[in-house]
Amino acid sequence: MQSRKIATVVAAAGLVLAAACGSEEPAATPTAAASGSAPAANAPVTISVGCQPPKTNPKERAQWDADVTAFQAKYPYITIDSKDAFPCIVPETFQAKLAGGEMEDLFYVYYTDVRKIIQAGQAADISPYLSEVPSIGQLRQDVMSIFKDGDKVYGIPRTNYGTGLVYNRKLFTEAGLDPENPPKTWAEVQAAAKKISELGPGYVGYGEYSAGNTGGWHFTSSIYGRGGDVVSADGKTAAFNSPQGKAVLENLKTMRWTDNSMGTKQLHRWEDLMRMMGSGKLGMMIGAPDVVQAVNNDFKGKFEDYGVTGLPEAAASLSGGDGYMFNPKATPEQIKAGLLWLDFRFLTPGQGQFNYERAAKDGIPVGLPTTDLYGTAAPGVEINKQREQFANVPVAHFGPYVEAAKTVQFKLEPPKAQEIYAILDTAMSAVLTRQDANVDQLLSDAESKVNKLLAAG
Amino acid sequence: MTTMTVKGSRRRPPGATRRLIGRNLTAYGFLSGALICFAFFSWYPMIREFILSFQKTNFVSDPTWVGLENFRTVVEDSAFVDAWLNTATFTGLALVFGYLVPFVFAIVLNELRHARAYLRLVVYLPVMLPPAVAVLLFKWFYDPGAGLFNQVLDVFGLGPLAWLDSTDTALLSLVIVSTWMNLGTGTLIYLAALQSIPSELYEAAELDGAGLFKRVWHVTIPQTRLILLVMLLLQIVATMQVFIEPYLLTGGGPENGTVTVAYLMYQYAFSFGNWGGGGALGLMLMIVLIVFSAVYLRVARDRD
Repeated sequence: MQSRKIATVVAAAGLVLAAACGSEEPAATPTAAASGSAPAANAPVTISVGCQPPKTNPKERAQWDADVTAFQAKYPYITIDSKDAFPCIVPETFQAKLAGGEMEDLFYVYYTDVRKIIQAGQAADISPYLSEVPSIGQLRQDVMSIFKDGDKVYGIPRTNYGTGLVYNRKLFTEAGLDPENPPKTWAEVQAAAKKISELGPGYVGYGEYSAGNTGGWHFTSSIYGRGGDVVSADGKTAAFNSPQGKAVLENLKTMRWTDNSMGTKQLHRWEDLMRMMGSGKLGMMIGAPDVVQAVNNDFKGKFEDYGVTGLPEAAASLSGGDGYMFNPKATPEQIKAGLLWLDFRFLTPGQGQFNYERAAKDGIPVGLPTTDLYGTAAPGVEINKQREQFANVPVAHFGPYVEAAKTVQFKLEPPKAQEIYAILDTAMSAVLTRQDANVDQLLSDAESKVNKLLAAG
Repeated sequence: MTTMTVKGSRRRPPGATRRLIGRNLTAYGFLSGALICFAFFSWYPMIREFILSFQKTNFVSDPTWVGLENFRTVVEDSAFVDAWLNTATFTGLALVFGYLVPFVFAIVLNELRHARAYLRLVVYLPVMLPPAVAVLLFKWFYDPGAGLFNQVLDVFGLGPLAWLDSTDTALLSLVIVSTWMNLGTGTLIYLAALQSIPSELYEAAELDGAGLFKRVWHVTIPQTRLILLVMLLLQIVATMQVFIEPYLLTGGGPENGTVTVAYLMYQYAFSFGNWGGGGALGLMLMIVLIVFSAVYLRVARDRD
């Protein structure tokens, strides 16, 4: 009798616990095969890899799975444990995954997070193993520098692009502008934005971010384009209180308040401009070809309506893209296996992400210039050749961007990027929401804050 | 001797102790689920946050103790003062609107003789919306161009207002969202309190010639004084933790005009990867909230 009662109590407690805690199943623990101190060559090794395309993207997922099968056939001692998540990296879960020991051995990152991860010691130094994969030596050095700290390398790029100007070709035509001849100077951007906004209520000639740190991010893009910098070469003081920094803010202020070509709603973040671009009411924004991809895939835009050109007057451009880094707890064998997988899936012409023939056959967009990993080195030439051969998006719409990219120097984000972006958000939001904003004062205030931040180390 | 006498007088009949344990065991069984959940999802994170605020960690290597360095970092942050001022202003405005409006609604609903159930449902409806949906709905309402509010103002020849896009109105705009979202709960609690007031008091007041305002002043408010005080403290504790509104609507802007302590905490932890700084801010906020919570507990105990 008593035992039955206890059983009832235990069951009741279990039920209450289940009801109170929700019904989440325990997350699977990626159990990478930790090898011993001196494992035999080609000893079995398992690596968990992030950013497998989600089930909602069946075509790309099938390609990934096929590549895993082919890779495992080529390297029978390696097992890939694919982890799907969408988006592939979320700031809210990144640290929690690390803290909980759930981080993949090979995890996905955006360029914007790379420096922060390296500085926090949250990625493994893979320099000793790079000789395992010869193709890495051919990657663009400026691209590889994103993943470097001194002589040490912490990751491998997957895609790479510089910032340009994304524009709506359809709106250009409607506004009497020539979509084949997009703006090359900021004066031309101003004039084009004015014409587009004159199409009627709701039309925005030029859109810009100013909230959630994205304003500071685009301020950095703009000032790089104008030849300025955010911090000094030694990284110890702010460098944006300069003629270039002033020009960035004055340009926005003019478009917002004198030309009324930036719309009345501000404090935009990433998805806001994507939505506006997709709705066909936004004329131009700073961005790269990946914007067109996002607008086409997720915001109801159409590839054929958009074009990308170089950032006006730009000699330099903020690097954008993504890649993979290794869990600091990964074993040398796992790192070597991971590098082989990266080479197979992301770095080899005609294979994996560069299997354009397969992508075109599956109806996946081909032709976007978003993967300039090799520059003019042989693999890069081969990749570009195949991309053009199997292109199914209007490649010519990205021609001005590709042309401009040849002479533009890629630049990295400043140190303490997110903290600086948060400070620069203030200046960006001020010129876009306050007509009497004093640009000199805004830059001076931001400068002293950033100097204080950098001095704190 | 006395002790033995007392013990002797409390001797239970055979089997009573077993029954008592059995009965309490069931209660403890039910209680344990909630206790375990609180331990995992509230108490452990609080302790962890307390520890984190004195540490530097990357969640990979062993953390290092840094004393008060995290506190120094956040206090020296230019956004720190803005965050506390904004939080205090938001709390103040939320008390004016979010505290008063539901009470007025409750009084009106209590006075109504018709369609009371229907109106109660209407008032409570916003609470049923997921907070993120409600907040994003207001994002459209506040659009300076095509937004509902400016369209309405336009009908009356007023506006347009910049709403979220101006440092003058952004914080107030967040208060309006918060008030709307929480209106239903507050109104129902006040309504329940109002309905517990003996009708004889109103009848007596009416016989004495008291009008609506005098009845409210001399009967309603004194009779609901304690619930009003409890709600005031709960309101302070809840609104000081404001996060979702600035996170979804303004991203802390314009010009840090809507950066709150909770939002800055999020920035430190998730945007800057500085968990120690986030923890330090959290601890500061927790201490402030503990003071209000202690007052609340005291008042609630007095009320009982």
